[in-house]
Amino acid sequence: MDFNAALFTQYLIIGIASGALIALIALGYTLVYGIVELINFAHGEVFMMGALFATTVVATVGVTNDSSGVAIVFMAIAALLASMLFSGLLNAGIDRVAYRRLRNAPKLAPLIAAIGISFILQNIAIYWKGSNPITPPSLIPTEYVRYNVLTEWFGLETRIRLRVLDLAVLGVTIPLLIGLTWFVYKTRTGKAMRATAQDRDAAALMGIDVNRTIAYAFLIGGALAGAAGMIAVYYNNSARFQMGFRYGLFAFTAAVLGGIGNLAGSVIGALCIGIVWSMSDGFMSQYIEGWGAGWTPAVIFAVLVLVMIFRPTGLLGEQTVDKV
Amino acid sequence: MSEQRFDALVQQLETQRIDRRTFLVRAVALGASVPAIGAALLRTQPVGAQVATPAAGGPATAAEIGMPGIEHLTTTDKGTIKLYSSWPLTGASEKIGGDSAEAVRLCLEDRGNAAGGFALEYEALDDGIAANNGGWDAGKESENANRVVNDPDAMVYIATYNSGASKISIPILNAAEPPMPMITPQATYPGLTKDTPSNAEGEPEIYYPSGTRNFFRVVPADDIQGPAAANWAFSTLGATKAYVLHDNQLYGAGVATLFRDTFQSLGGEVVGFEPFDPEAPEYQALMTKVADAGPDLVYLGAIVNLNASKLLQDMRALMGPEEVTFLGPDGLVNQDFIEGAGDAAEGAYITFAGVPANTLSTGAGQDYYTRMSERLGEEPDAYATYAYEAAAVVLQAIDVAQAKDRTAILNALAATEGFQGLLGEWSFSDTYDTTATTMSLNVVKDGAITFQEEIAPPAS
Repeated sequence: MDFNAALFTQYLIIGIASGALIALIALGYTLVYGIVELINFAHGEVFMMGALFATTVVATVGVTNDSSGVAIVFMAIAALLASMLFSGLLNAGIDRVAYRRLRNAPKLAPLIAAIGISFILQNIAIYWKGSNPITPPSLIPTEYVRYNVLTEWFGLETRIRLRVLDLAVLGVTIPLLIGLTWFVYKTRTGKAMRATAQDRDAAALMGIDVNRTIAYAFLIGGALAGAAGMIAVYYNNSARFQMGFRYGLFAFTAAVLGGIGNLAGSVIGALCIGIVWSMSDGFMSQYIEGWGAGWTPAVIFAVLVLVMIFRPTGLLGEQTVDKV
Repeated sequence: MSEQRFDALVQQLETQRIDRRTFLVRAVALGASVPAIGAALLRTQPVGAQVATPAAGGPATAAEIGMPGIEHLTTTDKGTIKLYSSWPLTGASEKIGGDSAEAVRLCLEDRGNAAGGFALEYEALDDGIAANNGGWDAGKESENANRVVNDPDAMVYIATYNSGASKISIPILNAAEPPMPMITPQATYPGLTKDTPSNAEGEPEIYYPSGTRNFFRVVPADDIQGPAAANWAFSTLGATKAYVLHDNQLYGAGVATLFRDTFQSLGGEVVGFEPFDPEAPEYQALMTKVADAGPDLVYLGAIVNLNASKLLQDMRALMGPEEVTFLGPDGLVNQDFIEGAGDAAEGAYITFAGVPANTLSTGAGQDYYTRMSERLGEEPDAYATYAYEAAAVVLQAIDVAQAKDRTAILNALAATEGFQGLLGEWSFSDTYDTTATTMSLNVVKDGAITFQEEIAPPAS
């Protein structure tokens, strides 16, 4: 089959939007790993809880797609902030209850605790919202659901779709990434986080409250996951107790791919995964007989294995000096 | 205290309308004596087990269902027989498996929790695991089958939901000495019993190492469903270009293959045939590709807990119901599928072996639907009908055998002929499949699965 440039561009758009979403989750993994060297397997579930919380907030306030434009925009921002706060506190709470007690235990103990917590959160989610996919209360005005920016704004005659939703994902993700970078490199708390990441004991000797600094890392990582949750639930128009598993796995892979502990690396890794995902879904069955979208996870992990063989520290390398 | 009220309480405990804790609290509140409470508790089994209530007569349906001329015994002097079922009960499969287990319980209660002179106990095992989102697991299914085989009180294994799981447990039960009967209300992969063109090497004989058949099916297999769906799509609907997606499991890929082959042999074009990833959060890229291929019908071989509703949502975001028809097999006949997909489900076509519970035409069937809906407080899963049917036929076989003997019960099951069930009259064929071949085409209308017409495979 011939190469189709329009389809390729379409898959690229889908891939970048999915990648941006994964990036927000991946940053939480990297932030926590950078500072306590713990792979927080419950992070995907924190993201999922944020998504479910966002649906509850919107349903409770009662703003729908019939409301005025101002109300909708205000509601979207409020729901975003609410789920960020919720997931941030949830993540910090998990650290306080489970991981802090295991801070000096062998590395395997907090890891197993994280897996346990992810199961607990999934079951809480089943209890809370049931085991079926739920559709969030509609918030996006009907005419914008299929609104194509390319034809409406630029007047292009094309089959390629760039939806408002795709732009919204980027519109939320990019400022959050810039904000995070600013926070880590320019603020006192950010400096304390970097110091704790380098050498926890030395940081404590310099008067840094290590536990509080670590709690901040969990809080910020959780808040990013909450933001991703709110976006995901409206981007996909669906949420479910198990949604955190696959997103979490992809995000973790993205963090490792980019070099875990490295902020820029996670974002690049996430974009790579998003693009490989959509390209594989889109093209694989055309070029390999008998294969199809069902093999996409295999492709993504094959990419990870190859990168790990040739660049064991990830694309941008593990930042051992100023990792956060 | 009132003697009568205490007796009523004991009765409630025995029929499991209240649990042991509730019984204890209420009995104490009534002021019953400690020995009386203790004796009542002793007579009943621990949680999870069902116990005979010899006095219970059961509603009229118990008499209507079954083969004429076989007497149902509600005495329990011969001892206890245990029945086990095995299918996923938690996570994403909670509703599917839970409803079927509830249907078995209802059937047992209808018949006074007794048959053939034995008290009956029923336990629903779960073959799903949390790490698999409640989906079935090969290790768990093998553990369940081995447990049942090694329980001397266990006579029949009502299992499994997933055809892939049946592949594991049939040989385990078959290799037992003597082979233990197994009956499925849900697994529809043809190769488990029949010799069809889509079979893998050596099927179905490889599942029966002892040479004796021990696996019964009360639900029509997919060698009827897949071709019937293709026949309707091509001949009635007039679709000519189909895109076929499946979940890469034994059932989903199997029924999708049968659909594809029949659709092609009728003269239709299949523009794509591929598996999807059931755990992916969204399918935008996949659906972009499907839309680009320009089909007028998308066939989805999958079951409801494998993300089918999300797939339909993403499909509808690009392809409206007027342009592209959605068609799927009986694994999607579940209210969860419709609720999960929301507005996108409207107009989706689903085939089903038999008819949905709310369309059952027999008197017993309508009565079953009313009582099950009340019991659950919602629409019962479509397969629960077959779970009830499977339990009814098992109880009748025990009535015939009147013995705690796996071989006798197996033979009694095999001899089932002219069984009057919820779905009408049927028998077991020589492959121990049901002779019923009624297939229905259903459409989602106003958020409910609605019967549209009966369908059949192309005449060959």
